[in-house]
Amino acid sequence: MRFIPVSCEDRESMLRAVGCPNVESLFDSIPDSVRLHGGLDLPDGLSEMEVDARMRGLAGANVAATSLVSFAGAGCYDHYIPAVVDHILRKPEFFTAYTPYQPEVSQGTLQSIYEFQTMVCELTGMDVANASMYDGATAFVEAGLMAARVTRRHRVVVSAAVHPEWRQVLATYAAAGVLEVVTVPTAAGVTDASALTAVLDDSVAALMLASPTFYGTLEDLASMCAAARAVGALAIVAIAPALSAVLEPPSVHGADIVVAEGQPLGNPMSFGGPGIGLFAARDMHLRQMPGRIVGRTVDADGTPAFVLTMQTREQHIRREKATSNICSNHALNALAASVYLSATGVAGLEGVGRACVAKAHYLRERLLATGRFEAPWDTPFAHEFALVSKIHATKLQGSLLGAGYLAGVRAADISGFEPSDLPDIDRTDDLLVFAVTEKRTRAEMDAFVQEVASL
Amino acid sequence: MTEQLAHTPSIAPARGPRQLIFETGSLESRCVEVPALDVPSASMEEMLGGRVRQTALALPHVTEVEIARHYAHLASMNFGVDTGMYPLGSCTMKYNPRLNEDAVRLDGFAGMHPSQPVSTSQGALALMAGLADALAEVSGLPAVTLQPAAGAHGELTAIMVFRAFHTANGDPRTRVIIPDAAHGTNPATVSMCGYEVTTIASDASGGVDMDALRAALDTDVAALMLTNPNTLGLFDPNITEITSAVHAVGALAYCDGANLNAIMGKARPGDMGFDAMHINLHKTFSTPHGGGGPGAGPVCVTEALAAYLPGPVPVRDGDVFALEWPEHSIGRVRGSHGNFGVMVRAYAYILALGGAGLREASEQAVLSANYLKSRLRDAYDVPYDRPCMHEFVLSGARQRRDFGVRTLDIAKRLLDHGVHPPTIYFPLIVDEAIMIEPTETESLADLDRFAEAMLSVAAEAAATPDLLHGAPYTTPVRRLDEVRAVKQPDLRWRPRT
Repeated sequence: MRFIPVSCEDRESMLRAVGCPNVESLFDSIPDSVRLHGGLDLPDGLSEMEVDARMRGLAGANVAATSLVSFAGAGCYDHYIPAVVDHILRKPEFFTAYTPYQPEVSQGTLQSIYEFQTMVCELTGMDVANASMYDGATAFVEAGLMAARVTRRHRVVVSAAVHPEWRQVLATYAAAGVLEVVTVPTAAGVTDASALTAVLDDSVAALMLASPTFYGTLEDLASMCAAARAVGALAIVAIAPALSAVLEPPSVHGADIVVAEGQPLGNPMSFGGPGIGLFAARDMHLRQMPGRIVGRTVDADGTPAFVLTMQTREQHIRREKATSNICSNHALNALAASVYLSATGVAGLEGVGRACVAKAHYLRERLLATGRFEAPWDTPFAHEFALVSKIHATKLQGSLLGAGYLAGVRAADISGFEPSDLPDIDRTDDLLVFAVTEKRTRAEMDAFVQEVASL
Repeated sequence: MTEQLAHTPSIAPARGPRQLIFETGSLESRCVEVPALDVPSASMEEMLGGRVRQTALALPHVTEVEIARHYAHLASMNFGVDTGMYPLGSCTMKYNPRLNEDAVRLDGFAGMHPSQPVSTSQGALALMAGLADALAEVSGLPAVTLQPAAGAHGELTAIMVFRAFHTANGDPRTRVIIPDAAHGTNPATVSMCGYEVTTIASDASGGVDMDALRAALDTDVAALMLTNPNTLGLFDPNITEITSAVHAVGALAYCDGANLNAIMGKARPGDMGFDAMHINLHKTFSTPHGGGGPGAGPVCVTEALAAYLPGPVPVRDGDVFALEWPEHSIGRVRGSHGNFGVMVRAYAYILALGGAGLREASEQAVLSANYLKSRLRDAYDVPYDRPCMHEFVLSGARQRRDFGVRTLDIAKRLLDHGVHPPTIYFPLIVDEAIMIEPTETESLADLDRFAEAMLSVAAEAAATPDLLHGAPYTTPVRRLDEVRAVKQPDLRWRPRT
């Protein structure tokens, strides 16, 4: 076995030291009735070369989005990842380390998380950020749970313009009995303000929004956050972090908690995971925040150093009274995000944001000009937009796939989506959401538009 | 004291702290830039409907070489499995095979979008289905969700499934029983599912106290959450009586899979009467811990609970793979399909080891733990002294009583001896606990090196206790002021205004 560096001779000497005749006798405490006598029904182990071939075979049986011209987004985006990012991630001192419980030998992880927390605060405009959560969806739900703790209310109002999967995760957690969820439908691709007024009252813990929305549209955050504040509810806003240099952060409008799926910052799409949940809040709510938090302090010699802190919120101390059961973060993905943001800097991130927004606007105009689509609304959007296909949307996507294109994501293919999310749209079955990142060139988009026109 | 310090090897090059990346580089430093815009464009103001960022944004301004140097420096202040033995109890810090790191980066995996048509995702779905099958075989529980992102997330998923099952039977119930040796995530999970926690004591031999269990069981109980082998590293010999008693009141038995590395191919939780378990791919199946994540916490359940699993799940229909929703699914516990990148690594590991290799890994893990225990039993107290599984718990109570040295001091002094300390102060039921899990991937020489360090520190505790109080001395930074970290929170850098 190439991962067990113990020879037969070593094994014998270890058994002698233990005072056992054989390894089997070490398992005597397992009752015979539950012993697995026949061994596992799994194939024999393979050599590294064979495993490599099997994994390449499986990878080759996929047609990766990155090998196509992809306009798929819907929460997971094909941004350029600078080469330096993966070279840092491959350092074993980072990826083979555990959670930094022994800070004296974990300063690398701890400092990188402190820097990450700073970057998340900067992007979101908030006071404090945690060390990250599992993904955007769970960060969003944890924000709802936090709002319930802060307000001591248990009803949350969520916009139907939020990613349907995120709402589905929210509903799943809520069904466990800790939250009540009220969904507000959309009008013109954003939260319906009048429907919202009807459900906001002083029993509501939080108004939960996304801007950009699942459809790429931009909410009127100023009035939304004000409406939440007026009833004493927290405003929770999910953002698109790759656009943070060009879009005004929700903090400006009074958001209380800002979350995001951080995958676009230096992490590959990887079939949707692992991503990384970004989570930021106001100072005043720090002690109700879920997740790991790193702080700067000093060591015994007075040297500045970093440590996990604010741990009295956490499960290993508070047990059933903890702010969450989470006991980890996505540290390696956070590292990727930190390296990415260091590589882009403000200028590079601005460039990414501008390119995505400009190219998305270009593509939408060109696609509409083909006459194959209708615009469902005229609401401002960022790097993602929805169009209603005049041809059966699945057929259209199928034809374009044959030509080497991922023609967006059909809203109805996303679990949790309901036609009632978009009451002002008749043919939601044919609604496609297109995303454009800085990786798409004008030549690719023009060829795509030509392909659409030829259908 | 200086002489005593001088001979101790350093755990890493003793590099001082590094300035923050925000304080590195010059304002005009750039690393990557985006190509010139190749499409006509209106103003951002116009396109974004007046929502253009006006708020100042401070990010690092560095060149690529400065990034490389910064993170090389940070890496030099870190300890990982590649640095040396990492014997954290209940964490299974085994070696992370390198092929798996390469496999996950193949374009056919890393470049997959989660919403691609299934016709273009057959390899990914086949991998997920193959992994689910293997986990079902190892656990003895036939239905699997790969969606949960971590162990704690898997626990939560399982208790949600239990809740849905009881609710569907018109019998929602109110309480979950947890032994006092359990991980803190167990009670925290129970609270998130709207149940109350009933804690029961362990018996004198470290197992579930059967009388306490029977007294706590009634028809209000939804579940028992049990780690087996438990956090003392002991297999509960009454396991079938325990699960039978739980089932007798209509409750369900949940196995916290943190310690699965002890029993692969030797015994299966499904055969013990458990209804569900989570598996930590980042522990048992060798995927790297990444400094805290990402991991993955798949959940395996009985046929009776299969219909309640989160969806969608990959299914095989002849040679074709598809995604399906279980009939009474609780919904989703996260976006997309789970931590796919972690699944790729775990599947490669299972292919490499095969059934016999997994069994051999558990056998060696158990032998190595017992070997270390035999070497340390005289120098430290062994509160539950019977053959252990893949980990064992010592107590530093003697050192505290006789020399005023706490387990924390012992742990910090181990750093000066060049080894990473074990888990400390857990489980809570052991005074001054020192929880040691060597894993199967340590050589006899490395096990001996760790044992020698533990014995040296025990000797130092008796001879020079103050040496331990001040430790560590040779690490990149010394013991930290954690009180200051809480009292004067400094949780982010702020730009000079």
